[in-house]
Amino acid sequence: MARIEINNLTKEFGTLTALDSVALELEKGQIVGLLGPNGSGKTTLIKILNGLLTPTAGNVLINGMEPGVETKRVVAYLPDRNALPDYMNTQQLIDLYQDFFTDFNRTKAEDMVLDLGIDMKQQMKRMSKGTKEKLQLCLVMAREADVYLLDEPIGGVDPATRDYILRTIISNYNEDAVVIISTHLISDIESVLDDVIFLKEGKVVLHRNAEDIREETGESVDQLFREVFRC
Amino acid sequence: MEWNFRNGIPIYTQIIDEMTMRIASGAYQSGEKLPSVRDLAMDAGVNPNTMQSALAELERRGLVFSERTSGRFVTKEDGVLKQLHEDLAKKYFEELAEKLRKIGMTGEEIAGAVKRWLEDIR
Repeated sequence: MARIEINNLTKEFGTLTALDSVALELEKGQIVGLLGPNGSGKTTLIKILNGLLTPTAGNVLINGMEPGVETKRVVAYLPDRNALPDYMNTQQLIDLYQDFFTDFNRTKAEDMVLDLGIDMKQQMKRMSKGTKEKLQLCLVMAREADVYLLDEPIGGVDPATRDYILRTIISNYNEDAVVIISTHLISDIESVLDDVIFLKEGKVVLHRNAEDIREETGESVDQLFREVFRC
Repeated sequence: MEWNFRNGIPIYTQIIDEMTMRIASGAYQSGEKLPSVRDLAMDAGVNPNTMQSALAELERRGLVFSERTSGRFVTKEDGVLKQLHEDLAKKYFEELAEKLRKIGMTGEEIAGAVKRWLEDIR
């Protein structure tokens, strides 16, 4: 059974079709890049996988189940904007995650927070944009989940932190999990990806192994992306 | 040690080349234990599955061997390392010769020039 199964998934917002008959199967043990320009449906797809939106047609299955309480237990989600109570400080947010998620590894979170120089006593709302993002990522990656849904995890951070985040994703990678990273900053992350999915106007236009793309086209994923999505 | 990847070439191939180079240059010594797949992947910033398959290929080529419980090691076979040096030297020379021929040098001119340059560089 595939870790994630997406069947004929369509999502409409009024007259706008955000996702159009998307079908995908994602096996465990891989890091997948969900790539597409702004407005291509990346966030909508991730929100459906996480149960924050419901499909207009079709369905998605995680470990064979539709998104709900059971799947939230095994899905670690990094939203594209902060959803945490920002009056809390780092320590309190770690406590919160520990209360909510049985798969949360506190030591891992504390180690990451320390590595990134985030103040345990600082309130989230007083942190810079980049630090907020780092903290959220620490919390999400410290879970030992089956599925990681990371919506634009590297958008607002400096290159050194970007490297740290990518190393964190690699070091947390395990054979039982699937990590989905949505981004348009492809050149920064393409070396860590197994498979890439190109989304264009709500449709999957490509789903392939990144190494196969480099092998066959002699281009980086980034170069191929620029061709497919040339404006 | 730095990892630098070029665009449009499979990362797998580039890892094999880099690791081969490290073994040939003695950065990884004969018989030395290699870091784990995960640590190498983190260091290089690449996908662990890609690192794993590159190491498996190095193993197939006899440059590294693995022991069930203790990890992967650089080969201790002198013959393999000697062959590796010869292969690399040949590859570099071919690249050089090809470029020099392209600018119109004959075999004899190349041979003479190589000798002269070596003395200059020394």
